[in-house]
Amino acid sequence: MTTEMLHRIQFGLTVSFHFIFPPMSLGVGLILIIFGVKSVRTKDPKWRQLSMFWVKIYGLIFSMGIATGIVQEFEFGTNWAAYSRFVGNIFGSLLAAEGIFAFMLEGGFLGLMLFGGTKLGNKMWLFATTMVVAGATFSATWIVMANSWMQTPQGYEIKDVGNGDQAFMTSFREVVFTPSFGPRILHLIAASWMVGTSLVLSVAAYYLIKKRHVELAKTMIRVALPIFTVLAVLQVVLFGANQAIEVTNEQPEKLAAMEGLYKSTTCAPMYIIGWTDPDNETTTGLSIPCMLSILSYQSPQAKVTGLEAFPKDEWANASVVFQVYHLMIDLGMLFIAIGGLACLLWVWKRKLWDQRWMLWVLVSSIVLTELATLSGWWTAEFGRQPWIVWQILKTDGAQSPNVSFSQVAFSIGMFVVLYAIVFTMFLSLLNRMIKEGPKPPDEEGFSDSLPDSFGEIFRHRSRVSSGGD
Amino acid sequence: MWLNTTWFVLYVVIIAGYVILDGFDLGVGMLSPFLSRDDTDKRILLNSIGPVWDGNEVWLVLGGGALFAAFPLVYASLFSGFYTAMMLVLFVLILRTVAIEFRSKRQSARWRALWDWVFFGSSFGITLLLGVALGNVIQGVALDQDGNMSVNLVDLLNPYSIAVGVAAVAMLCLHGAIFLTQKVEGELLERVTKLIPKLMAVFFTLMTLLIAWTLFLDEEITTNYRDRLWIGIFPLLGLLAVLASWRFISQKQYLSGFVSSACMIALLLATVAAGMYPVLIPSSTNPAYDLTVTNAASASETLTVMLVIAVIGMPFVLMYTAGVYFFFRGKVRLDEESY
Repeated sequence: MTTEMLHRIQFGLTVSFHFIFPPMSLGVGLILIIFGVKSVRTKDPKWRQLSMFWVKIYGLIFSMGIATGIVQEFEFGTNWAAYSRFVGNIFGSLLAAEGIFAFMLEGGFLGLMLFGGTKLGNKMWLFATTMVVAGATFSATWIVMANSWMQTPQGYEIKDVGNGDQAFMTSFREVVFTPSFGPRILHLIAASWMVGTSLVLSVAAYYLIKKRHVELAKTMIRVALPIFTVLAVLQVVLFGANQAIEVTNEQPEKLAAMEGLYKSTTCAPMYIIGWTDPDNETTTGLSIPCMLSILSYQSPQAKVTGLEAFPKDEWANASVVFQVYHLMIDLGMLFIAIGGLACLLWVWKRKLWDQRWMLWVLVSSIVLTELATLSGWWTAEFGRQPWIVWQILKTDGAQSPNVSFSQVAFSIGMFVVLYAIVFTMFLSLLNRMIKEGPKPPDEEGFSDSLPDSFGEIFRHRSRVSSGGD
Repeated sequence: MWLNTTWFVLYVVIIAGYVILDGFDLGVGMLSPFLSRDDTDKRILLNSIGPVWDGNEVWLVLGGGALFAAFPLVYASLFSGFYTAMMLVLFVLILRTVAIEFRSKRQSARWRALWDWVFFGSSFGITLLLGVALGNVIQGVALDQDGNMSVNLVDLLNPYSIAVGVAAVAMLCLHGAIFLTQKVEGELLERVTKLIPKLMAVFFTLMTLLIAWTLFLDEEITTNYRDRLWIGIFPLLGLLAVLASWRFISQKQYLSGFVSSACMIALLLATVAAGMYPVLIPSSTNPAYDLTVTNAASASETLTVMLVIAVIGMPFVLMYTAGVYFFFRGKVRLDEESY
C-alpha cells in the first residue's frame, strides 16, 4: 500500500459519504418548491403541512451535507498539495465562485426556510425555499464544472514561473464550459431529482403500508411518482445516452474500460452483467450485440476503440470501472421498471394504494437511487485514472509530498469512526422524524397574519413578533 | 501587483467576515454551559444562533475557496503542512454541526447533555486551534525551498501560539456575550451583562500581554511596524473600538456594542495583516522561502476573473446576509421549529 493509495482512499471515502446528501437535498428541494407553489395557488392547508414536514427532513439532510462538504473544500490542500499548486489558478477559482454565488445563497436563506414556517406567509416562504434550492443547484453546477475540467481540460496553458509546472487560465469561458460539462450536469441534476423523489416515494409508501397519514401519503405519491418515472426514462434514453456519446468522443479509453472492450470492434456489444479480466484481456457475461456501437455512434456497424489502442500504463482499472458502471446502468433500467409498474398500478383502478409488495419496492427505492448515483460518480472517477487531470497530471505524484503514511492512516481511521457514528445517528433521527409524521396544521403555528411580501417583512414586523408570543 | 494587493485585502475581509460572524456563535457555544441553568436556557442560547450559524460557517468555506483561487501555493502549503491539526479542525467542525442539529431532536436528558458537551467542546476546540494556527503563522513556519513543511501537533502547540489561541478564546467569548445581549432577556440577560465586564478585563489583559510578547519576539511583523509607523492606526482604532464597545454595553446600547465588537475584531485582524504584508506565510528556515502576495498568487488572468466574480457576488452576499439578520432580530422565542 502506497501513501498515494491512502490519499485516494481517504478522498474517495469522504467524497462518497458527502455525496449521499447533496442529491437528496436537490431532489427534496424540488419537491418543496412544488408543495410551496401548490400552497400559494390552492391555499389548501395540506400543502403547507407537507412543506413543514419535509422542510424538517430537508434541514437534517442539509446539515449533513454542510458538515461533510466543508471537509471537501480543504481536502485538496491537505491531501493533494501538489495537485492544488498545479491547478489552483483554474480549479481554485471554480471552488471560490461556488462559495460566492452558490454556498452563500444557500447558507443565507437556509435559516429563513427552516425557521420561517412560523414567521413567513406562503409566498415569502416559497421565495426563501426557491433561493436555497437555486443555491444548491448552482453549487452542484460549479462543482460539476470543476470536475468536468479535470475530465476534459481546456482553456489553459502549462508554464513554469518558478514554482514548477502550473496550469494557467487562458480563457475562463473555455474552463467553465468544457465539452463534458453540459451532458454531465444534466445527468447529475436528473439523478439528484430522482434521489429526492424516491425519498418522498419511500416515505409515502411506508405510510401507506402502515396505514398512517394515508391521504397525505397519496398526495406525496401523486406529486413524486410522475416526476420519478419520467426522469427514469429520460435518464436512460436522453441524459445517460448523451453522456455516453460525450465519453466516447472525449475519453474513449474510459468508455473501453467501462465495457471491458480490449480490441477495437465493429458491432461492439454492451454488457448487462458480466466480468472483465484486464490481465487476460477478456470479458464474459450477458450482452446485447452491437448495442455499444449504437449507443456510442448511433450505428450498429460503427467501430468502437478498444483499450489495446492505448498504452497499458494509462488504462483505468477496468474490472472496477466495469462493475460500477454496470451497477449504475442496471439500476437505471430497474428504475424505469419500478416507475412504470407503479404508474400502471396507480392508473389501473388505484391498485397501487394497497399492493404491499409494490409499496415495499418503493420504500427501498431511495437506497437504490443513492447507489446508482454513487456508482455513476465512481465510474467517472475510477474511469479517469491514472490521471487526476485527464492526460495532463497523473494521480500518483499529485498528493502532498510532506504528509506521511501514518498521518493519512490516522485521519482515515478518524473519518471512518466519526462518519459511522454520525451516519447511524442521522438514520435514527430520520427514522424518528418519519415515524412522527406530519403534524396537524393547527400545531404548526401558522396563521394568515404572517407577513407575505418584502414590504410587510420590513415595515410591519411588530405585528409578527407579537403574533409569535 | 495592485491585483495581488487587492486580493490580499479581500482575503483579510473574508477572514474578518468569518471571525465576526461565526465568531459570535462559537462564543455562544463556549459560554453556554456557564450561562444556562436549565434546558430552556440552553435552548434559548442555541436558538439565538439557530437561523444564522450555518450561513456564518459558509464564510469559512468561502475562505478556503478564495485562498485556493487567489493564493493556491498558500492553500497547498498551509493545509498539507498543518495536516493533523487541520484534520482535527475538520473533525471538530463536523461534530459541532451535528451537535447543534441533533441536540434537541430527542427529549432524553442524557442525549441532550452529551450534545451540549460536544457543542461546548467543539466551539472551544475550533477557536483554540484556529488561534494556534494564526500564532504559528505569525511566528513563521519551517517552509523549505519547495514551499513544503510538516509541522506536527506538538510543534504547533508552542507557548506563543497557545497564547494566541487563548486570546482568541477570550475574544470570541466576549464577542458571543455581547451578541447575546440582543438575543436574551430576563435573568439570562442579567447573567450575560454581569459576565461581560469580567470577560472584557480578561481579554484586555491577555491582549496587552500578547502584544508585548509579539514585540518581544521581534519577528518580521515587529520590524514592519517599526518601518511603517502609519499602520499603527489599526491597533489604535482597535483599542478605541474596545472602549466604545465597553461604553455602549454599560449604557445598554447593545446593538452599537455589538457593532463596536465586530469592528474591534476586524481591526485586530487588520493589525496582524498590515504587519505581515506582503508576506502571507513567513518561513523560519530562510526569508527567501516566504510565501508572499506575489510568489504564491495565481496569475493576473485568474485574479482578474475572480475579482469580477467577487464584485458581482459580494454585494448580493452582504445584502441577503443583512436581510436575514434583520428578519431574525430581537429576542429569541422558542416555538415549534426551534432547535
